[in-house]
Amino acid sequence: MADVIRPPEEGVQALEEQEFYPAGAPAAALGPLAMDGDLSERFEGGEAHTTGSPLRLTLQTFVENKVAIAGMAILVLLVLFCFVGPHIYVTNQKTVNPAFSNYPPSGAHPLGTDNEGFDVLGRLMVAGQSSIEIGLAAGLCAAIFGTLYGAASAVAGGAVDNVMMRIVDALYSLPALFLLILLSAIFSPNLPLMILVLSFIAWLGPARLVRGEALSLRTREYVQAVKVAGGTQTRIVMRHIVPNAIGTIMVNTSFLIADAILALAALSYLGLGLPDTTPTWGGMLSNGTNVIYDGYWWQLYPAGIAIVLTVVAFNFIGDALRDSLDVRLQRR
Amino acid sequence: MTGYVFRRFLQSIVVLLLVTIIMFVMFHLLPGNPAKAELGPKTNPATVAAFDRLNGFNRPVWYQFWVYLDHLAHGNLGFSYVQNASVGLLFAQRFPKTILLLGLATIVAIAVAIPLGILQAVRRNKFDDYMLTGTSFVLYSFPTFWLGIVLIEIFSISLHILPPTAPEGTSVGAILSDWQGMILPVMTLALVSIAAYSRYMRSAMIDSLAQDYIRTAKAKGLSQKAILFRHALRNSLIPMATLIGLSIPAVLSGAVITESVFNYPGVGLLFVQAADSEDFSVLLGLTLVAAIGVIIGNLVADIGYAVLDPRIRY
Repeated sequence: MADVIRPPEEGVQALEEQEFYPAGAPAAALGPLAMDGDLSERFEGGEAHTTGSPLRLTLQTFVENKVAIAGMAILVLLVLFCFVGPHIYVTNQKTVNPAFSNYPPSGAHPLGTDNEGFDVLGRLMVAGQSSIEIGLAAGLCAAIFGTLYGAASAVAGGAVDNVMMRIVDALYSLPALFLLILLSAIFSPNLPLMILVLSFIAWLGPARLVRGEALSLRTREYVQAVKVAGGTQTRIVMRHIVPNAIGTIMVNTSFLIADAILALAALSYLGLGLPDTTPTWGGMLSNGTNVIYDGYWWQLYPAGIAIVLTVVAFNFIGDALRDSLDVRLQRR
Repeated sequence: MTGYVFRRFLQSIVVLLLVTIIMFVMFHLLPGNPAKAELGPKTNPATVAAFDRLNGFNRPVWYQFWVYLDHLAHGNLGFSYVQNASVGLLFAQRFPKTILLLGLATIVAIAVAIPLGILQAVRRNKFDDYMLTGTSFVLYSFPTFWLGIVLIEIFSISLHILPPTAPEGTSVGAILSDWQGMILPVMTLALVSIAAYSRYMRSAMIDSLAQDYIRTAKAKGLSQKAILFRHALRNSLIPMATLIGLSIPAVLSGAVITESVFNYPGVGLLFVQAADSEDFSVLLGLTLVAAIGVIIGNLVADIGYAVLDPRIRY
């Protein structure tokens, strides 16, 4: 029964079937998750053929989810807009041109121009590149570090675990924006440093989540078996705990990316973001707010809508991923 | 129960102690050294030496930490050389205004979010639920500062019905007399909270409605109203009560943004201005105060949960 992907209705039936197995049933009888073993080896073994692997099942339900499709569609369009757009709609985003400043939307400038004479539509594309890149980089860095920290903490156990998690508790009690402003004021970050600062405030969530997962994973037979066989703790973390917690991590990462994009925008608004040489959506908004009393609305809405769309897309993807993981768990 | 409260209390103290260590480390991470950070980059070595002696920065690190803790225990949060005032005093001047803003916004948010959540739970997976869920999802993805500015653009600049800046009165009374200025800041903060709170209320209510005692109540022939308000609602309010304690960090961050959008003279604006003028004593002092607020919020939420829900025993 483990190797077929079922449409949801049959999944319920499968759940009922499981109840006939006694508590000590062989792992193989309990469905895909109970025999999950080492996921990374399955990746290498060609994921196309291992139908019913947890990852495959998750992806399947993810693709069937309308919210997921909407999120992915928005994201793909945004990425095309930001990364392919500037090659089609070519504008000068390098040199300031005061003669063209604050033009309202027209045929030549569909979204008008800003205070420094940059075409707003063109700037929206270029700024989107850095906004999305920084958000992605910060989200991924935070997820990777948080995952390793959480897994290491759980595997180490005892006093080490206790100390490591109290540090997380302490950092968690500093409101993120306060910490973010404080760090930006101390370091006045450039681009790589900004990614570090953003990920520094974001890694706590994944650390807690992965530790929670890892605490239950480390008591499983196959992890015990690795220990008995003399496997190192690094091996347990990298080959067993991380691959098994990957679903939780993926869900969390998409929320982290959304949060990082919002955090960067807030910093830019407060004047603590990146210098104007790296245009970001937050920076555009920050400039746009200076001229709202002049009625230059076209400098206020486009970048804001772009941020909301991006954040909504990542939140949609995260939500849909979580739902599909839940479905996977229900089918166990 | 007493044991749990005691343990939870101890845990909070440990976390608080760690927070002070983090803040102490940050203070020493400042560019250059504390003297340069406080006195500016152009000070001469003699002044720096005098400053270090005066503040004990020539002493061993553990001793400095002890002095730092001692100061904190006496309510001394540091001294702002930029504003020439103690951080404690600056905080005390601004704090009532921030509490006023946060309090009003939280009351509005709860008053709107609870009925919304109930409505969504009752009409689950129907058109109005989808609409409200979609709206709160989008609102939740709004950058707070942009929300504030869009509200200004709509209500002040386009429609001319509300003032774009917050009241600038120095006392709470003066602010309240200029209540129209409070509408937009409170609305900004409340809208973001409503989005989050109504989601929680919806799922708490759905959880309650799925319980056996609801089925029993239905079987007894109770009216829909009685089931909703007497049985389901009361149990759904328990997670909401704790949520308010747990949302303190989000609300504080929201206050920082809202206060700087509307130029509202509260703690958040003080914090942002301190970041602009690189006034690190104020930044560190206020971050510590915010952390204490969060720790207390978490503690109250956890204990409140145990008190409000007699089914939970530790």
